[in-house]
Amino acid sequence: MLDIAGKPLLDIRNLKIGATVYPPGERPRDVTLVHGVSLTVEKGKVLGLIGESGAGKSTIGLASMAYGRGGVRITGGEVFVNGRDILKGGTAGLRALRGREVTYVSQSAAASFNPAKRLMEQVIESCLTHGVMPKAEAEKRAVTLFRKLGLPNPETFGDRYPHQVSGGQLQRAMTAMALCPKPDLVVFDEPTTALDVTTQIDVLMAIKEAIRDTGVAALYITHDLAVVAQVSDDIMVLRNGKTVEWGTTDQIINAPREPYTQALVSVRSHEHPEKPPAAEPVLTVEAVTARYRSVPIDVLKNVSVEIAPGRTLAVVGESGSGKSTLARAITGLLPPTRGRIRFAGRQLSNDLAGRTKDDLREMQMIYQMADVAMNPRQTVGTIIGRPLEFYFGLRGAERDKRVQELLDQIEMGKGFADRYPAELSGGQKQRVCIARSLAAKPKLIICDEVTSALDPLVAEGILKLLLDLQAQENVAYLFITHDLATVRAIADSIAVMYKGEVVRYGPKSDVLAPPFDNYTDLLLSSVPEMRLGWLEEVIAHRKMESAGN
Amino acid sequence: MSRIPLSALIGLFLTGTFFFVAIFAQWLGPYGLNEIAGDVWEEPSRTFLLGTDTVGRDLLSRMIYGAQVTIFIATMATILSFVTGSILGFSAAVIGGWYDQVLSRLVDLFMSIPSLILALVILSVMQVSIPVLIIVMGLLDSTRVYRLARAVAVDIAVMDYVEAAKLRGEGTGWIIFREILPNALSPLVAELGLRFIFAVLFVSTLSFLGLGVQPPLADWGGIVKENKDGLVYGISAALLPAFAIAALAISVNLVADWVLNRTTSLKGGRGA
Repeated sequence: MLDIAGKPLLDIRNLKIGATVYPPGERPRDVTLVHGVSLTVEKGKVLGLIGESGAGKSTIGLASMAYGRGGVRITGGEVFVNGRDILKGGTAGLRALRGREVTYVSQSAAASFNPAKRLMEQVIESCLTHGVMPKAEAEKRAVTLFRKLGLPNPETFGDRYPHQVSGGQLQRAMTAMALCPKPDLVVFDEPTTALDVTTQIDVLMAIKEAIRDTGVAALYITHDLAVVAQVSDDIMVLRNGKTVEWGTTDQIINAPREPYTQALVSVRSHEHPEKPPAAEPVLTVEAVTARYRSVPIDVLKNVSVEIAPGRTLAVVGESGSGKSTLARAITGLLPPTRGRIRFAGRQLSNDLAGRTKDDLREMQMIYQMADVAMNPRQTVGTIIGRPLEFYFGLRGAERDKRVQELLDQIEMGKGFADRYPAELSGGQKQRVCIARSLAAKPKLIICDEVTSALDPLVAEGILKLLLDLQAQENVAYLFITHDLATVRAIADSIAVMYKGEVVRYGPKSDVLAPPFDNYTDLLLSSVPEMRLGWLEEVIAHRKMESAGN
Repeated sequence: MSRIPLSALIGLFLTGTFFFVAIFAQWLGPYGLNEIAGDVWEEPSRTFLLGTDTVGRDLLSRMIYGAQVTIFIATMATILSFVTGSILGFSAAVIGGWYDQVLSRLVDLFMSIPSLILALVILSVMQVSIPVLIIVMGLLDSTRVYRLARAVAVDIAVMDYVEAAKLRGEGTGWIIFREILPNALSPLVAELGLRFIFAVLFVSTLSFLGLGVQPPLADWGGIVKENKDGLVYGISAALLPAFAIAALAISVNLVADWVLNRTTSLKGGRGA
């Protein structure tokens, strides 16, 4: 190997990345995704790349392996790994580099493993292809890595198939795969984003320790500043393919210079003052039990909650805890097997077909993925106008006027009514969904993870809008989320769900105040905090493991 | 509509020509359909641009009249198959349960019998007329359209916006025609181009076998049948309808591709 003393391991200079887009029915055109970004990573150091979607962080990460995903091309600049410009190495040079000197951990391990092969075979594959070590030695190294990453039964873990382990374990197996051929640099592309908070910190800790013990350098890509603060030495903030700020983790977190970084750092600090509960609840869920057809397990067990008019009940829990099922039971999409639902002073039919038009009108729903919650072939005007037409019989100019009023209410203004959803940004789409539910003049809106698919600053805007609308319209929210920062920002009361049961329920101030039950403690302590050393503190005082682990 | 790609322009022109010829056959044909104007199998000449056929009728005139019959039957059969197939397919996907089971198994049953053989059996016991041909072809083809429509609609029916429409209390009609149909249009349009050509081939095959269009009417398959003996003597009359079918197939699909491109756009066909 070359003598590289004094030189950085990864040195990207003035990197430019572009792609050609092919809009249907239009001429193809070139777009620039990354406008001349430069960065360096020293041996054994971790650089965090952070930014919103479209900031170019993954694209830059993959460029360190000279790879462009889906037609993306590196159009300029230089990428030095171990002192060699890999963009000039040709295909043979790249083949020697990828999976040997630089390895990659992707966001969705579940989609990245071959489901037909055992984990061990896949974890040691690159060791064997590159002839790094013989098979027996590679397997031994894999077992050592499994142990280091805290996987259960490290000796036999590799004999399992990908579907036989949990998501968090699979993500760690992928980290083992990346570390196995003793690379110099690992690119982590949102490795914990798809995981529950409670699982996330285990994986985060495992990755952090593995990086420390193996002395590998890493690029850690994420949109969550609090997460990256735990693992990286330096942080680079990106926006629209340009560098906003680059500094040590300490400086970025505690003394951000750029306004954009300051906004990112302070985004989670919003707190909503709790309103006292009103007398008569608008929705009462009494001892509801529900199960899916052909699965003999109750997904909801004896759930009782209530919401007062103009108040927000946050339902929190990790995936599989039954939060979304509760929404489906309340809306009638999944009729409860036992229990009753009272709404606006009347008894609701458990089944959707048995509900009156007013029942349907007064209870609206907003979905997590605004993309698929709107018909892509309808204009915004039709999407918002349909409930007006359907429930109130508004037509023509009268309807258009009301649509415009609603658009004003969601702060979108003129000119949007003729647009199609594909012509809106992520935040605008969610706003249109809010307007559609508002058009029905509902008493209750069920919000199912409405901000989790959005970038933090956009999500904050949506939460603020929801709170303003609540003040104007006195509408109640059932707010389903896994993110406790969101809960703090919007809830009046909280129900914590775990494996289909409500384990803690009450006004926000009570639920978030000690003494905690074990699960609430785990959940609360798992929310990443934006300060150095937080991860170690949490791991030191945990009482229980998460369900998904 | 400002920029129509060249391929679509060619397709539009040729398809337009075919349909124009088909519609105005009565005025365009230089001779009558069954008028014996010359000798048997004359070479192409000034008087007979494509030569004459097995009994001395002008081949160009017969091709023109044949286009009318062929294209009319194929168009009607395709429309029938798409209307029945897609409405039944969409409703099966939306309603589900027993309705879906009964329809789908019935369609499986029909699809398990080769459609040409089934058509031959049905047509050999019935008085063959053009309406009967259209209905038999249309209904047999609708099983294929049903499969496609149902498969596409099942994927769309689980989207959140369809769930939102159900939660709003919308009826099956709105869900099928306003939520599902616009989103299922692209694969259906692609299929339409293909199905139309299959229908042309199907009616030609039936006529060639003697169970399709009956004399005195003639279609392209019938013309092939009448002139097939000439092939032995190196007379190309039987190949002309084949060329016509190929040209029609390509031009219709060029148009279908372009329509597909426009319907795929999620911005209503306007620029970004």
